[in-house]
Amino acid sequence: MNSDLRDLYQEVVLDHCRKPRNFGKLEGANRSAEGFNPLCGDRISVYVKLQQGAIEDIRFEGSGCAISKASASLMTGALKGKRMEEAEKLFHEFHLLVTEGPNEKIDPADLGKLVALSGVWEFPARVKCASLAWHTMKSALSDGGGTVTTEDPATV
Amino acid sequence: MIGAAQNLRVEQSGFDVERVRADFPALHQMVHGKPLVYLDSAATSQKPRAVIEAAVKFYSSDNANVHRGVHALSERATEAYEAARVKIQRFIRALKSREIVFVKGTTEAINLVAHSFVRPRLQAGDEILISAMEHHSNIVPWQLLCEEKGAKLRVAPINEQGELLLPELEALLGPRTRLLALAHVSNALGTINPVRRIVEMAHRHSVPVLLDGAQAVPHLPVDVQALDCDFYAFSGHKAFGPTGIGVLYAKEKWLEEMPPYQGGGDMILSVTFEKTIFNALPYKFEAGTPNVEGAIGLGVAIDYLNGLAVEERLEFERELLAHGTRVLNQIPGLRLIGTAADKAGVLSFVLADIHPHDIGTILDGEGIAVRTGHHCAQPLMRRFGVDATVRASLAFYNTPQELDRLGVALQKVKEIFK
Repeated sequence: MNSDLRDLYQEVVLDHCRKPRNFGKLEGANRSAEGFNPLCGDRISVYVKLQQGAIEDIRFEGSGCAISKASASLMTGALKGKRMEEAEKLFHEFHLLVTEGPNEKIDPADLGKLVALSGVWEFPARVKCASLAWHTMKSALSDGGGTVTTEDPATV
Repeated sequence: MIGAAQNLRVEQSGFDVERVRADFPALHQMVHGKPLVYLDSAATSQKPRAVIEAAVKFYSSDNANVHRGVHALSERATEAYEAARVKIQRFIRALKSREIVFVKGTTEAINLVAHSFVRPRLQAGDEILISAMEHHSNIVPWQLLCEEKGAKLRVAPINEQGELLLPELEALLGPRTRLLALAHVSNALGTINPVRRIVEMAHRHSVPVLLDGAQAVPHLPVDVQALDCDFYAFSGHKAFGPTGIGVLYAKEKWLEEMPPYQGGGDMILSVTFEKTIFNALPYKFEAGTPNVEGAIGLGVAIDYLNGLAVEERLEFERELLAHGTRVLNQIPGLRLIGTAADKAGVLSFVLADIHPHDIGTILDGEGIAVRTGHHCAQPLMRRFGVDATVRASLAFYNTPQELDRLGVALQKVKEIFK
């Protein structure tokens, strides 16, 4: 396997693909949204339990490729316990990571395990796989739901 | 190694694949440090040098608008454009060149038939019949039309192998059926439909038939008179020609009755603000400046195909498909989607629970180009209970060794995801 591919399919990514964390419906969720990638048929639902501006719990379910599944799994781990503003900031940093690669605008301390997805930017065709869960999460928090698709020009 | 033994047989088919490959410049390149294996010809085929050079020649020396100027360049361009029409007429054995309408591609050809043939005769309660294996381009235009007119879209079912169920199809041909629109060869499964029998069957019920030949023309000889189909649509770019050019064949009697598809220049005889008199066939359906270079290029692609011995080419492609099927069937956990007895050029599959997108990315890393996804056939994917497949699609410029490389690369995919 060449090195770009090794960067894409890091052990952490494969592990989260095999055993996605926080997978399944969330009882007591007060926010949710559905994300859809019409190009490959990937579908994901994100459920959030929001209490006083903080993400008390977050889970997801759906089907997709290893990148989208691992990204959703890592995202739920990263966001649990975060305040909405923090989630917004992390969304922004993650977006930079998968579109531009690691750079000085991103604080590695913020990313934590999400750094496992730092190989994605080398594969432009896969950026949407990695960002689907995040756009869905954002929709759940900001609009209070609805369906997002990766083909909306606003969702890159 | 099964590869080596089978290669002998393939080479014995008398088709010199290495000589053919030399004609396709794009095949000879490295991708991610490995020699390219192009297995995505059903999405678009590579182009022989002659087609590429024809575009350069046209723009370098003959570029002019057609059917308009009296100057030398316009005459040359018009002559080449009309010569391409005649080549296509002969290639698909149409009776007359006026039955050949140039369009953008298969999609536009189908939309033209929907707009100019079916719409005027479709009433509420009427039916349009398609099959479960159609490409979105042969579903959505009919759906739109049915919605507009309050008509019903009926769908002929297929079996587990991806073959049409003919008795079920016949049962759906009724007095209200206004058209049967059917793939000649399925893009996602490779199934070759017995279209001659089906056309006969439909005609017994007085139902006209449109055949989507996008995937058939690159692989099979097509004789529209023998098929007796009413419409036949195909794209240039899947048949080794340029993008942006395609063909609608239609029986003259239908074209004569049909109103124009689009209004504009070239499709008229005379225009006053009160009335327009339309041009003769096929120009009535070719509004605006056409894709002149595309039509000429498609003509050159057909010359190229005609230059290959057809029996040897078909035999080689059959062997190639059989070899690829054997290679894939040896991989535990791999499930071929589409195993019709009569198949052309497509190996669609899923591998264990590994998502096709991940497979596609890893194969790309090995220099192997395949298509992954739903192949613009989402209802068909649902029929087989999958969201997506990997599709390796073949052309006569592929080799058994390339399919062996696909097999080896798929083992690597399994290693990564074990």
